[in-house]
Amino acid sequence: MKNREFRNHHWRKSKNTIMTTLSILSVLIAVIPLFLIFFYTLAQGISALNIDFFIHMPKPVGENGGGMANALMGTAILIGLGCLFGLPISIFAGIYLAEYGNNAFGQTVRFFTDVLSGVPSIVVGVVAYILVVIPMKQFSALAGGVALAILMIPTATRTTEEMIKLVPPSYREAALAIGIPQWKATLRIILPTALKGITTGILLAIARAAGETAPLLFTALGNRFWSTNIYHPMASLTVFIYDYAKAPFDDWNRQAWGAAFVLIVLIFIVNITFRYVTRGRYADNQN
Amino acid sequence: MNKMKLSITGDKVFKNTTMLFAFFVFALVFLMAYEMVRGSELSLRHFGWKFLTTTTWDPVADEYGALPFIFGTLASSLLALVIALPLSIGVAIFLSELAPRWLERPVSFLVELLAAIPSIVYGLWGIFVLVPWLRNSVEPGLIKSFGYLPLFKGVPYGFGMLAAGIILAIMIIPIISSISRDVLQAIPKTQREAALALGATKWESTKIVLADGKSGLLGATLLGLGRAVGETMAVTMVIGNRSEISASLLDPGHSMASVIANEFAEATTDMYTSSLIEIALILFAVTIILNVIARLIVWSMTKKFKTT
Repeated sequence: MKNREFRNHHWRKSKNTIMTTLSILSVLIAVIPLFLIFFYTLAQGISALNIDFFIHMPKPVGENGGGMANALMGTAILIGLGCLFGLPISIFAGIYLAEYGNNAFGQTVRFFTDVLSGVPSIVVGVVAYILVVIPMKQFSALAGGVALAILMIPTATRTTEEMIKLVPPSYREAALAIGIPQWKATLRIILPTALKGITTGILLAIARAAGETAPLLFTALGNRFWSTNIYHPMASLTVFIYDYAKAPFDDWNRQAWGAAFVLIVLIFIVNITFRYVTRGRYADNQN
Repeated sequence: MNKMKLSITGDKVFKNTTMLFAFFVFALVFLMAYEMVRGSELSLRHFGWKFLTTTTWDPVADEYGALPFIFGTLASSLLALVIALPLSIGVAIFLSELAPRWLERPVSFLVELLAAIPSIVYGLWGIFVLVPWLRNSVEPGLIKSFGYLPLFKGVPYGFGMLAAGIILAIMIIPIISSISRDVLQAIPKTQREAALALGATKWESTKIVLADGKSGLLGATLLGLGRAVGETMAVTMVIGNRSEISASLLDPGHSMASVIANEFAEATTDMYTSSLIEIALILFAVTIILNVIARLIVWSMTKKFKTT
């Protein structure tokens, strides 16, 4: 009897050890691709990077060398357009959710914002095509900007809301107590206090948008030449990577890695900054 | 008195302005649906329900059926889920039950960083690292040992359903595991303390926590599935882009997202464009439904434990 109980205990202990090991193992397996991808991109990308890569234009098909200056510029313009269309909407919607959103309408908007963030980016591209490319009868950076704006809205709205909510209520109470109207308190006291968080949150949305390819394929399309005209097709880093990855030239593949490296570094910097700025705050809010 | 009135009007104006923008975000989902229904009217009228069940995709004859793409999306996403789900739950258990606090933060961050890598970079890595590895090392082995199963019959192309499933799995692990972690962490500590006080091992207490969080974990899984279904670039770059339905994981396929990415810019006829928009509409509907169900589950679950 005693012996059996002991064996049972032993079995329970080993089962515990097995499951703990499996759990740690799955963490390792899950994190390995991150390191593989990061270091492979680093190794491949760094050899493609030089000053030419940043300031030169793509060379004609078949010639080695050249750069992606137009794609860098294009991505910057596309993101600028996305911010122009998307940010005002997101910031005001975020203010509404944080300040007045404690009702059924607020809950509904919050819910649909989350749902919107689950819509595939390629679908957003199709919508931008219908809304902008068809009426204009031309692929354009403008259409790409609209697609990126729609993709940025969910992240930007929700982080604006979260960051405003992190401002201690005593700030607002102090403002209201000395007779400042609520809207002024929001604009003059709450927003500036939350500004740092909102800015980094928006940077996060921008970083995500910068990495989008699918919604640009048939809106901004891509362009092998220098163009800053938003009514014409425009190059972007991501579409550049896609085209160069599929191409049968080693030199182009190498440049695709270079562009991927630039993209990953930008995105990691923004993510780590976001972590740093909001460090500890989320945790305090949750407890 | 006058000033007071002014400030009240100011408050009203400000509130209504922000509300207008909030309403716009809400309306955006419906606008998207409306525009896509309008854009796909031609193919909706012409093909009807047959669109979902026929396999011809012939731009020359202007005949379109979406079944191979629907199959490809389902197959690659389910394969991804089979690989990702056990790993993600393992990660979530580690983060919420096992890891000391000093380790939990950095590991969560690494996992979330994985989610920040753009899909195109996964695709690039897929083409130049994963696909050659599958072609040269994994697939020949699979064919040799399991070739008698229809699942592993064929030629080791590298590009194909298996590559798409693996890439998708890597991409959805961060989502499923971080939401699962939140779900598990929302379950009151007392549940674990009670189990441990009764002499349960850590794993036995974890089992109780998992049972409590069952519905939330389902929600997390559905959100991961939603992401896999809509994922475009990485899949397009490794799935092989052939519109055939094959039982073998080694054969090339096509997904709904990848056919749009590949063919939309070059669609020549109105019916062609309209059919591709209809595929986008289906994709939209599927992901919206998955997201709504999943969010409702996760919400009601975390709410339940917050109030008690």
